[in-house]
Amino acid sequence: MKRIKSLLAGVALLATTGAAWADGTLSIYNWGNYTSPELIKKFEDTYKIKVTITEYDSNDAALAKVRAGGHGFDIAVPSANFVPIWIKEGLLLESRPDQMENFKNVDERWVNVPWDMGRHYTVPWQWGTTGPVVATSIYKGDINTSKIWLDPPPELVGKIDVVPEMGDVMYAAYRYVGGTWCSDDKETLKKVRDVLKAAKPKWLAMDYGIEKMDTRDYAAAFYYNGAAYRAREKNPDVHFGYAKEGYSMFMDSVAILKDAKNVENAKLFQNFIMAPENAALISNFATYANGIKGSEKFMKAGLGDAPELNIPKEFQAAGGWNETCSPEVNELYSKVWKDLLK
Amino acid sequence: MCAVPHAKVALMAISSRGFSVKSQVGFSTIALLCIFALYLPIFTLVVYAFNDTDSMSLWGGFSLRWFKSASHNVAIQDAVLRSFQIAIIAATLATAMGTLAAIATTRTAPYRGLNFKYALINQPLIVPEIVTAVALLIVFARIKVWTGYTGGAYLVAAHTAFCIPFAYLPIRARLEGMDLTLETAAADLYANPWNTFTNITLPLLLPGVIAGYMLAFVVSLDDVVITEFVKSGGQETLPTYMLGQIKKSITPEVNAAATFFLVLSVLAVTAFYFISRKKH
Amino acid sequence: MQNNPSIAETARRSDIRNRWLLAAPALTTIILAAIGPLLVVLMFSFMVRGDYGDVKYWQFSTNGWLSVLFERDPIDDSLGLSSANFTIFLRSIKLSLITTVITVLLGFPTAYFVATRPEKSRHIWLLLITIPFWTNLLIRTFGIQDVIRNEGLINNVLLKFGLISQPIQMLFTDGAVLLGLTYVYFPLMVLPIYSSLEKLDFRLVEAGYDLYATRAKVLWNIILPLSKPGIIAGSILVFIPCIGAYVTPRVLGGGKNMMLGNLIEQQFGQARDWPFGAALSITLLVIVTLALLIYVRSAARESGSHGH
Repeated sequence: MKRIKSLLAGVALLATTGAAWADGTLSIYNWGNYTSPELIKKFEDTYKIKVTITEYDSNDAALAKVRAGGHGFDIAVPSANFVPIWIKEGLLLESRPDQMENFKNVDERWVNVPWDMGRHYTVPWQWGTTGPVVATSIYKGDINTSKIWLDPPPELVGKIDVVPEMGDVMYAAYRYVGGTWCSDDKETLKKVRDVLKAAKPKWLAMDYGIEKMDTRDYAAAFYYNGAAYRAREKNPDVHFGYAKEGYSMFMDSVAILKDAKNVENAKLFQNFIMAPENAALISNFATYANGIKGSEKFMKAGLGDAPELNIPKEFQAAGGWNETCSPEVNELYSKVWKDLLK
Repeated sequence: MCAVPHAKVALMAISSRGFSVKSQVGFSTIALLCIFALYLPIFTLVVYAFNDTDSMSLWGGFSLRWFKSASHNVAIQDAVLRSFQIAIIAATLATAMGTLAAIATTRTAPYRGLNFKYALINQPLIVPEIVTAVALLIVFARIKVWTGYTGGAYLVAAHTAFCIPFAYLPIRARLEGMDLTLETAAADLYANPWNTFTNITLPLLLPGVIAGYMLAFVVSLDDVVITEFVKSGGQETLPTYMLGQIKKSITPEVNAAATFFLVLSVLAVTAFYFISRKKH
Repeated sequence: MQNNPSIAETARRSDIRNRWLLAAPALTTIILAAIGPLLVVLMFSFMVRGDYGDVKYWQFSTNGWLSVLFERDPIDDSLGLSSANFTIFLRSIKLSLITTVITVLLGFPTAYFVATRPEKSRHIWLLLITIPFWTNLLIRTFGIQDVIRNEGLINNVLLKFGLISQPIQMLFTDGAVLLGLTYVYFPLMVLPIYSSLEKLDFRLVEAGYDLYATRAKVLWNIILPLSKPGIIAGSILVFIPCIGAYVTPRVLGGGKNMMLGNLIEQQFGQARDWPFGAALSITLLVIVTLALLIYVRSAARESGSHGH
């Protein structure tokens, strides 16, 4: 009966698209599989606003598309290292989230961030870290090191998956050899190249997704913490490490576009997701931390205090932001990357 | 060669002699093995649609939970429907245009511009998708800003363009070496060109047109890169939806959706089969 | 038949004009949605790269084109021929060639099989071949992964029958990439061949047997030449898109080695060098177009020599 009802409701909804949502629309451009349907449903019901989600799969693609114009989006969710570019290119609206009602919930740690001091443009969506993910039943040693994938122990050789993201891989390799990210020092660059070239034959794949951890096609990976959490839920022996040599962090933030058509609705959304109970819905869906104080107690069991989402004190200092390097440095890095994958 | 139509009669006479001129050693085996192999991955994806865990490669028992969740996932349903809509429209347009273009470029002495046409028609095939995608993004974005129209026509136009060579080549392959006698005969009997085309040329061409349509349809259905760059807000197709999923995690929900549409298409094909049988 | 040259000439002209009209819809669509954008790309290839993707409009530069051939070593700054581009290009061509050959070897018998079925069931066989391709490419590719991975279908069957004692590593090998590419491009070979085989006049074949030709001879001397247009069309449809393929190499090959498609995509993505990406694509376009024209011309000449 309930099924039939919801089906009828769906048909009615289709028939009256637009009319039922007299109070307006909101078009969100976000990473794929990143937006909690529950959150959207709640927002739609609260404000009688119809939300459309469109997805992208990389910062560069999203930037290119929004810069070209004519996209029709109101909101985008660029990563921290891209926010300054979006601001510089005049793509974002200064919506002043810091003056919004729910801003008090934002964790102090995420207020004065280098990419948006004082949060004049963006609201935290989710943040995470990159690091080694290891099936500890196969490898029993220390997992808090980039050695896991840059100089792997024999048990793991040939069973490693590395995320095919130039920025994340190069950053970790830079920190591993003791270099500074975005430096153009040739000595360090050479070390980075040599480390990566020596490590690559010991990897099985460079692919997205670590689902193959459960089938043991992969025994270790260099990947994101949220995915590691989901992997551990299936296999309790899969653990996420924090590389003591240094690891990168990322934060994706919600921003309103300058050519948005529904600015007021977009502002409602920015304010809406700063409420702890709503932010928790975001995390429940995509399993990353969100940066809103008090949201943990609304999260599903085991997520708020998961080791993947809470950086242990002793490793906090090793984390750094994966900034966008200057075009010249990026060119150098791209060449090394191409040489690695040729 | 000089083929005469209605060779069927002759063929029947031949095959009734016991020795089949059509058979070639091992061909049927290879063909059946290939078709079998085509269905192996489809088989596994259907099996995992019924998986009880959220893994696409580790069996955890039978369950219908992914069908349930796919039936609630409006985004995935919209995406699948939109994919099919675009594919049907684009393949139809591309096949119509491709058929005309094939007639225009075959069975003729070389003339100026023939090679040019040929190269032009095949051009969408040669340019890597990402390049067309970026270029279309720049051009269409300007048009979107000027006109304020952001609807589905951009996707249809882009898909039609890259589907044309896929429809054109099989039709052209069919036309090449097909003989003109019947058409000339019709023209001699004062049939107008349209009647000649619909009554004689098109039926002769039909297998090529069907092959071309199927290719164009499949190619449009699978396109991801161009669609990703051309789509406006709310115009997700199944491939772009999948592209978004792949970096996070994929659940058998997509298998369930795929299975559903697989069953639907098999039913449609079966229906088509019985209808066409009745006609004969 | 008319012998008057002026009338014949007029007829020929009107025929050519009609032919342009017939091709007009296809040509217009392609010019608007494919050639026009291509001019944009050509323009991009001569501009200065933007700092974060895009180009700096109307600032002229040939750097994009220079990077196709030459490369400055990121570490010792020495200028040399770009071996990376070359390696990637060769790998792509090689994989595409092998894929084309395999799809011909498997696709021809399949097309032949379908074309020799009773007329009523041919379309059903064709549909049977295309239905797997109605499911999304990525899901299908994951399906292939499941068939060939270590605990997958093939390994499990082989293990069960005791044919092997340890799973064979098939996933993430070059073989897996070839398998995937063959799978993906199979219908692109079968359908054009079918389209030209279907009209094959089997009385010619019968005539061959009457002259005591063997099956192999009949196949080689009668059937193959007659189905050549289909094989040519199929090879074009498989070979060219295959060069730019990148989902399959990534998912089945493990993505450790780039193909040309990845390299170009990289320039429009993380490497943020649109002019280089544009120049690379136009280079590919020119090479393939030239190869295509030569191939089609020589194929046409050859089939012309077979005579009517």
